[in-house]
Amino acid sequence: MIASSWLLVAFPALGALILLAGGRRTDAWGHLLGCATVLASFAYGVALFFASDGKPTDTTLYSWMPVADLQVDLGLRIDALSLVFVLLITGVGSLIHIYAIGYMSDDTDRRRFFGYFNLFVTAMLILVLGDNFVSLYLGWEGVGLASYLLIGWYQWKPSAATAAKKAFIMNRVGDVGLALAIFLMWKHIGSVSYTEVFAGIGDVDSGVILAIGLLLLLGACGKSGQFPLQAWLPDAMEGPTPVSALIHAATMVTAGVYLIARANPIYNATPNAQLAVVIIGAFTLLLGAIIGCAYDDIKKVLAYSTVSQIGYMMLAVGLGPIGYALGIMHLLTHGFFKAGLFLGAGSVMHGMNDEVDMRKFGGLWRTMPITFVTFGIGYLALIGFPFSAGYFSKDAIIAAAFAQEETWRAWVFGGAAVLGAGLTAFYMTRLMLMTFFGKRRWTELKSEDGRDFHPHESPPVMTIPMMILAIGSAGAGAFFVFNGQLAEWLAPSLGALQEAEHGVVPHSAVPFIVVGISALGVLLAWLIFGRREIAVERQPVGAVVRAARSDLYGNALNEAVFARPGTWLSRALVYVDNKGVDGFVNGLAALLGGSSGRLRRLQTGFVRSYALSMLVGSFLLVGLLLMVRFA
Amino acid sequence: MPDDIAASGGLDAYLPLVMLLALSFGFAVFSVAIAPLVGPKRFNKAKSEPYECGIEPSPQPVAGGGRIPVKFYLTGMLFILFDIEMVFLYPYAVAADAVGMFGFIAVTIFIVAITIPYVYEWARGGLEWD
Amino acid sequence: MPQQFLAQGEQLQVPAIDFAAVLPILIVFGAASIGVLLEAFLPKHQRWSSQIALSLTGIVGAGIALAAYISDAPEGGITTFMAQGATTGAIAVDTPALFLWGTLLALGLASLLMIGDRSLEPGGAFISQAGLQSGGLQTREQANVTGMQTEIFPLTLFALGGMMTFVAANDLLTMFIALEVLSLPLYLMAGLARRRRLLSQEAAVKYFLLGAFASAFFLYGVALLYGYAGSVKLAEIAAATAGSSASDTLLYAGIGLVVVGLLFKGSVGPFHTWTPDVYQGAPTPVTGFMAACTKVAAFGGMLRVLTVAFEPASWEWEVPLWLIAVISMAIGAIFGLTQRDLKRMIAYSSIAHAGFLVVGAMTLTEDGLSSTLFYLLAYGFTTIAVFGVISLVRDANGEATDLSSWAGLAKRSPLVAGVFTFLLLALAGIPLTSGFIGKFAVFSAALADGNAALVVIALVASAVAAFFYLRVVVLMYFSEPAAEGPAVTVPGAFTTAAITLGTAATLVLGIVPAFALNWASAGGFVP
Repeated sequence: MIASSWLLVAFPALGALILLAGGRRTDAWGHLLGCATVLASFAYGVALFFASDGKPTDTTLYSWMPVADLQVDLGLRIDALSLVFVLLITGVGSLIHIYAIGYMSDDTDRRRFFGYFNLFVTAMLILVLGDNFVSLYLGWEGVGLASYLLIGWYQWKPSAATAAKKAFIMNRVGDVGLALAIFLMWKHIGSVSYTEVFAGIGDVDSGVILAIGLLLLLGACGKSGQFPLQAWLPDAMEGPTPVSALIHAATMVTAGVYLIARANPIYNATPNAQLAVVIIGAFTLLLGAIIGCAYDDIKKVLAYSTVSQIGYMMLAVGLGPIGYALGIMHLLTHGFFKAGLFLGAGSVMHGMNDEVDMRKFGGLWRTMPITFVTFGIGYLALIGFPFSAGYFSKDAIIAAAFAQEETWRAWVFGGAAVLGAGLTAFYMTRLMLMTFFGKRRWTELKSEDGRDFHPHESPPVMTIPMMILAIGSAGAGAFFVFNGQLAEWLAPSLGALQEAEHGVVPHSAVPFIVVGISALGVLLAWLIFGRREIAVERQPVGAVVRAARSDLYGNALNEAVFARPGTWLSRALVYVDNKGVDGFVNGLAALLGGSSGRLRRLQTGFVRSYALSMLVGSFLLVGLLLMVRFA
Repeated sequence: MPDDIAASGGLDAYLPLVMLLALSFGFAVFSVAIAPLVGPKRFNKAKSEPYECGIEPSPQPVAGGGRIPVKFYLTGMLFILFDIEMVFLYPYAVAADAVGMFGFIAVTIFIVAITIPYVYEWARGGLEWD
Repeated sequence: MPQQFLAQGEQLQVPAIDFAAVLPILIVFGAASIGVLLEAFLPKHQRWSSQIALSLTGIVGAGIALAAYISDAPEGGITTFMAQGATTGAIAVDTPALFLWGTLLALGLASLLMIGDRSLEPGGAFISQAGLQSGGLQTREQANVTGMQTEIFPLTLFALGGMMTFVAANDLLTMFIALEVLSLPLYLMAGLARRRRLLSQEAAVKYFLLGAFASAFFLYGVALLYGYAGSVKLAEIAAATAGSSASDTLLYAGIGLVVVGLLFKGSVGPFHTWTPDVYQGAPTPVTGFMAACTKVAAFGGMLRVLTVAFEPASWEWEVPLWLIAVISMAIGAIFGLTQRDLKRMIAYSSIAHAGFLVVGAMTLTEDGLSSTLFYLLAYGFTTIAVFGVISLVRDANGEATDLSSWAGLAKRSPLVAGVFTFLLLALAGIPLTSGFIGKFAVFSAALADGNAALVVIALVASAVAAFFYLRVVVLMYFSEPAAEGPAVTVPGAFTTAAITLGTAATLVLGIVPAFALNWASAGGFVP
């Protein structure tokens, strides 16, 4: 059973191959094949789940890279953690695949879409199933590629192309971190397999472990949209909504959380890296929640909500043994309700000529009852309504944050988490009110391409997945905490979940505080948006909302820190290139004395200046050699 | 580093050579530098010509762009080809006895290798001037 | 120590030559020579087909001879062309040499297929009469004359033979001869483009002038090293370095100058200046040949020289080469960002890759050797396929290499855009392509050798470089095609075969690289 676990990956891989290589011939049945392969993987995953006891079993498929000392085998690790992810990816993945049959029915390239979708599932499964860090890296790049292709799906929109590019570049920054961490492991432990790295981590210098931990965190931030690499995730909503639901809410963006949970022996050995994870998580959860309050674009709000919720997960896994299982639990419940919310948003858009501006919605609960109910359940789960999924998973994280040993940490991070819960309730209530309640603002409006809005409920192929996800959103939390069974199941991979005893806030009080703060947020939102007319045009706003609307100047920051020096640098270098060696001399002189004007400029392309650069290079080389020798 | 050389006793023998070099360099610089200073400056037509011996340089026909025809270079290269062959054949002739059969075969291969491009040039008309 | 002259009547001992070992080189040179004769005697219309047949037979034959030799090659390698009383021969046939020969023959085969193609351009990518003055009416007429200078085939074979000799040369003089044999044909080949004659001729002249300049550096370095060690043999230079009291200045100046010559051929910054101009101006199949095979030869030679001859001095040359690797990676990655011409962009990419290769070449461990060999193999195949694809996109004036004309290509020709995307991803080093394995192997070898800082810089450089590959992908997929943009020509069997070979190798070496890695690490240089 476990020995043939490669089938899990093989099904969707085969699907992707057939769909992408088969071309137009597979148009007629391509979408069905795409769903079937993921369902097959899901079925196999369920069977594996019941056959496995959760203990790690590594299966080596073949030796991928045997470079003398460095042996990288392509192997799969079946254990509690990877199986949970397999079920999430293939389970939620199947539902969203089915939903996409309806959502993408008008797209002439639907087959290719399913090809990419299968490609994504394949890569994601490799990411979570690999038994070493290089396999993980392989999946890591693979999901990045698939995500890039899918964000840019609506190719004719410049915004989609820009968003795709942005996602790719910011992910590359994270990837460099991950790659460096892997190289460091290889250098200091001599292996990249989980088993050997985790076994050998104790013998490594603490500074190196800290470096590995921080570099892995950088990788996690890139993939999971955490500060300072969060800006790509909201832009990624340019892709079709099923993509947002599967990749940018339920699965891929949680890969960073998976990475840190998987590498738990490393983080357990370096408290400082854990602190960094907690700080990033807490900061991002507030950042996402604040920005989420300001957008009118329904998908953008959900996207920032995702950023914020992943912040919670990072916070949890940064807490160490008291938090790993909680982070994974929130990841799973979030997978359900956020996927459900996105599918709901997609359903609204489907019925509203692809409009995303909430100011043009309103009163939709009558015309889209099923969407309303399923979306509402997801909403309740997200704000942590008592006994919904989010109630169990989020409150547990907040309680754990309050339960840290150092008092200042407990207050700061616990406080941030509670504040975040209030903000979450506020922005989500605002979203609900603007979309489903109030006056029907769309009756007098037209969509951008000049059509009237005729909101209608979506076909069953879309609503049924939404309903299933709604059931998960309602019940998953209770199911997971029943007898602490999820934590117990995950114990072979993450260590036993330690109960946090002494908190600065009594354990039993946490739910009341959180529910209270959340209720406050809901009330506030109702006071502002529920009682008054919502203007269709943008209103002049104060500085705070303006700042939030511009992503808390996150883009400006990125622009200033990454893009502008890059542009400036490359422009400067082109100048140097164009002017050849003399240009370089000029530039240097300008830098030193500002006397570039007096020096003559020569055009490029002259062999003599090329030869001169070679000559100078040779002199430098020989000079340096002699200097090293005789220094 | 200079100690090394002194230790190996190497460079002493080269001292006269270096002095000769310096002397010749100095003489050249001296001649070039002194001539414009002390020489009389009288200009006439002959002096502005390329060759002061009085022969008028004959210009290339303008039709060819005033350049030397490419055929010239082909023939020139052919000359070098055989020149090189000659350079190798003389030593072989001297040592033919000592290098024996192996040498004979090697030189044969060499001549064949030289002949191939010659045949190519001939067959493709490289030797026809017009 | 002056050599003893032969006494009167004494017989010279025949040098030991292992013909089976060098048969691949002999076959390639033999085929090239026959090719020259074919040019001389065959009428014009028969030349193309017979040259193609001859060259392909030559390369395949050399490959068979190589395979036959490998099947029972002596353990640890041999040296041949050994003179009387010498300890090593002029040509070393060891695992790296055999690996590089195999690589060169495979890449040469792919290049030859592209060079021989006549489907994309009626009559082929080469001018029918290279001797005419450019810019004139005749030249413009010529662009439409079907027929090409079929001398290109023997020239390719000569260059290939020179490269094979170069990577196996066991003394610096043999190496220099091989360097000239491989370079001179390339200078000519660069100037034979059918269209854009001026650009092509400019490229040829520039390459020739700078190449001659670099050769002079190399030769001067050889002379200095001879002055230092009293020998041009690699092993004897190493022995002299380890225990000689002669002036060190000669040694280090010699090392520096020899390395400059090699770096020039490998288009490593700051000796890269010719690369963009020549890559852009040369006919695309020739550019592919230069980018793949010349790089393999240059770095193959560099590996051998650094390991066998200069290893005792590694402490001194490590710092300068470190710096050069950084410069090359930086130049390639940063200048590549702003290129408008696809061929120029790939040229800068090749400069960045050269920097990565220097990282591998200066790592004198077993891992460093095998990973660099693998990198060369992987990079060569990808590059050839890249230039193959570039030659497909054409408008009325020939190839459309300006980036803007590639906009929206995915809509017109999804297959070509898909293949090109895959190849660019390989150049960027994304997993499941050979580029990833190559980078991973080289960087981990360098890291294990204690070069952490260099690896970090290399990773950053490859992340920056990924951006300009991505720019092309974005352009192909996410831009509207220009109204009167170029068309994608359906290639004939030859170019299709070359692109397929390159792409398949990129994929196979990314998924199951074990066989190639095993071969590359089967043994080191013969001492």
